[in-house]
Amino acid sequence: MSEARSGRMVALGRPNWLVRAGWVALGVYVVYAGSLLNVTWDRFVIGLAHGAEFIGRMFPPNVSRLELLFSDMTESLEIAIIATFFGVILSLPVGLLAARNLMPVWVTWPARLFIAVCRSFHPVIVAILFVKAVGFGALAGILALIVASIGFIGKLFAEAIEEISLKQVEAVRASGAPFMNVITFGVLPQVLARFIGFCTYQLDSNLRNSTMVGIVGAGGIGGTLFAAFQRFDYDFVCTILIAIIAVIMVAEVGTQRLRQVFQ
Amino acid sequence: MHGLRTDTKVESGQNARSLVIRHLDKEYVRGVPVLRDINLEIAGQGMTAIIGPSGTGKSTLIRCINRLVEPTRGEILLDGQDLVKLHGKALREARRRVGMVFQEFNLVERLTVIENLLCGRLGYVHPFPAWLRRFPEQDVARAFELLEVVGLKEFAIQRADALSGGQRQRVGIARAVMQEPRILLADEPTSSLDPKTSVEIMELMTQLAGERGIPVVVNIHDVHLGRRFAQRIIGMSGGGIVFDGPPDELRDEHLKLIYGGENWLQ
Repeated sequence: MSEARSGRMVALGRPNWLVRAGWVALGVYVVYAGSLLNVTWDRFVIGLAHGAEFIGRMFPPNVSRLELLFSDMTESLEIAIIATFFGVILSLPVGLLAARNLMPVWVTWPARLFIAVCRSFHPVIVAILFVKAVGFGALAGILALIVASIGFIGKLFAEAIEEISLKQVEAVRASGAPFMNVITFGVLPQVLARFIGFCTYQLDSNLRNSTMVGIVGAGGIGGTLFAAFQRFDYDFVCTILIAIIAVIMVAEVGTQRLRQVFQ
Repeated sequence: MHGLRTDTKVESGQNARSLVIRHLDKEYVRGVPVLRDINLEIAGQGMTAIIGPSGTGKSTLIRCINRLVEPTRGEILLDGQDLVKLHGKALREARRRVGMVFQEFNLVERLTVIENLLCGRLGYVHPFPAWLRRFPEQDVARAFELLEVVGLKEFAIQRADALSGGQRQRVGIARAVMQEPRILLADEPTSSLDPKTSVEIMELMTQLAGERGIPVVVNIHDVHLGRRFAQRIIGMSGGGIVFDGPPDELRDEHLKLIYGGENWLQ
């Protein structure tokens, strides 16, 4: 034993020169791309000074417009909750149709395509589309977040269904149960807890995003936040940011509780 | 291969509650038969045990009967109706008349015990009331009665995953009996259980089916258990039936033929 410990270091297996070359190439590319985008140390240092000044102007927070803050924040919450509600209801059938162990290929294929389309754009981009389609306001934000919810919950729900035990499903089928009863008694009990988990994550995510879609005019606190930035009202920006953080933290605790109930 | 097959004195297919299998073949892969030309008549009552080595198609045979596995060729007549030809609703209605007990119990783990029992009635309840967990009063009453018979009354509203193996299989049997089936199939119902529990499970199955006049077909790898409880033994080997007769006619030479070799008998 002691001989082995005092011996030379030995490599396990031969060095893979292809992998090493890959790492070097990645390093070279990062430096090259940085130079293209004019990323320099000088700019970073100057930027830090600007940042410090900006943060200095944020304090003390401006509390003179709490009414506006409150009404916008309420709108954001409404957008998030309504979008989660309809998103969850719609993602249930979509996820079910996309599960490859329950449905034939000609059903899962379109369902998976639909989910992929819902997932391919950031909610803000979808919100821009809906603002063009239905006009400024909360409706556009709600629709954008419904699309995001279907994409997220639908995908995870389908994957959860694909992991269930088919033995339990087989037993329900063997009793002669029609398809919908097989779903409600054989499939859903196995995925319900996880589904609730996905829904609470999505509620969380929708709360965050509902404060953002306002930037493109789709309702909620985001519009006010953006306006405050542009008018250099950094003290009011600070108040809004604190309010958003508070809401997200409260939501975090709330959704945590909700998940525990359904475990 | 069929040299040792003995004739059985079973009434023909006109008898209610009887199962007749004619020329049943099953190939999972084309040209590789798992079951070859199975011909069987199961009488209106009593227990029939199918014994045979692993991989000889016992489980496939049982699963062909309620079409969890699709037969390749042949006829399976239950009460004179050919199950092989059925599709969709007709198939589901036929499945309601065939109860099944599984090797690994196959309870819905996250449902309560009483909900698992009521799964046996799902073929009769429309989706919406089922979703709301609304079942006919007599079904619920019968489920509680059966639960008491199998000795699990106090577990009614516990989740199935809280039960032990033996308790789960009791629920599995009760679920199958809830269907009020014309025939009860059991696919290795005791393989996941200890010897004492295995005997209790076989006793329970015999008792419940006997009281209700339901014939039982059970796959079983434990020959002693099969002999003890069945009135008829069917020995399978290589996808065919090589022995068919009462347990006291089953001799060592039959077992050699069924399982191959003889060293294991000593």
